[in-house]
Amino acid sequence: MAKIIVITSGKGGVGKTTSCASIGTGLAMLGHKTVLIDFDVGLRNLDLIMGCERRVVYDFINVIHGEASLKQALIRDKRVENLFILPASQTRDKDALTQEGVERVLKELSTDFDFILCDSPAGIEHGAHMAMFYADEAIVVTNPEVSSVRDSDRILGLLNSKTQRAIEGQEPIKEHLLLARYDVERVEEGEMLTLEDVCEILAIPVIGVVPESEAVLKASNQGVPVVHDQTTDAGQAYLDTVKRLLGEQVDLKFIHPEKRSFLSRVFGGGRR
Amino acid sequence: MNFLEYFKREQPCSANVAKERLKIIVAHERLSRDQPDYLPRLQREIMEVVARYVKIAEDHVQVTVDHNGNYSVLELNITLPKSA
Repeated sequence: MAKIIVITSGKGGVGKTTSCASIGTGLAMLGHKTVLIDFDVGLRNLDLIMGCERRVVYDFINVIHGEASLKQALIRDKRVENLFILPASQTRDKDALTQEGVERVLKELSTDFDFILCDSPAGIEHGAHMAMFYADEAIVVTNPEVSSVRDSDRILGLLNSKTQRAIEGQEPIKEHLLLARYDVERVEEGEMLTLEDVCEILAIPVIGVVPESEAVLKASNQGVPVVHDQTTDAGQAYLDTVKRLLGEQVDLKFIHPEKRSFLSRVFGGGRR
Repeated sequence: MNFLEYFKREQPCSANVAKERLKIIVAHERLSRDQPDYLPRLQREIMEVVARYVKIAEDHVQVTVDHNGNYSVLELNITLPKSA
């Protein structure tokens, strides 16, 4: 039986798809058979971040409507073994995502995979609801910024009331905080909420801190999830996040400012 | 005086302002999270009825729902002004 994990946030643009791509790739790199499902019907992007946009033939909605089999729709990742992508439909309207259809597809995938990652659309409407409904765990991607934190709290409320586990009174969804775009230097200057601030307000355990990093844009430009490049800070942060997700104890990195040498302080520059 | 203040720079840093604002709004929204959708309308209508007899402000009527196991309690709290 696969573990179903939703990557969600409420607010758009905080790094859901980037995180889904890198966490999913990381799981596969560590030997777990993983499928990533894009729930953002009409605005799919996971295919682009994963670099497989030109190999999309069938999509999630085709499978739900029985127009294609899962085998036909799943895209095998070219870089890592054991990694598959199920793209969202770009043309249908989002109501095509029926609850029964989603359940059937997840059940079918469950027998074959270790992890199913559901990349949620922004907002709290139908697509987001469907992405979280059958989840066992949730990774709430949050930026250290007021609107993102507030929306994350709203999402936590929905995870605790509008999901199958909540409705059927099962063990609640395991929630994880993934703090992204964290800038230690701005935190030091008192211009950015600290990790502790966000943890205190949202009151869920942290699974990772991803620093604000140039590497993320570079990676998405190339369609290669940033976790592939272990020389980058964001790449390391995502792989550590995956290890924690698998139960390993890994210390958080990038939460303290780097010690800068006297010369670099005098002459400036050298920020990452 | 100004000269000294320049060096002290006692401005509260913006992250602290953000944290305080978030704490308040999040606590407020959590309270109303588990409440049924009709509650604001119910509160408004009750207020209209009460206002026919007594002059009250909007925040003098509090309607909350508490969930206790398999039953819920609708709690209505109306603060009347002294002269009433």
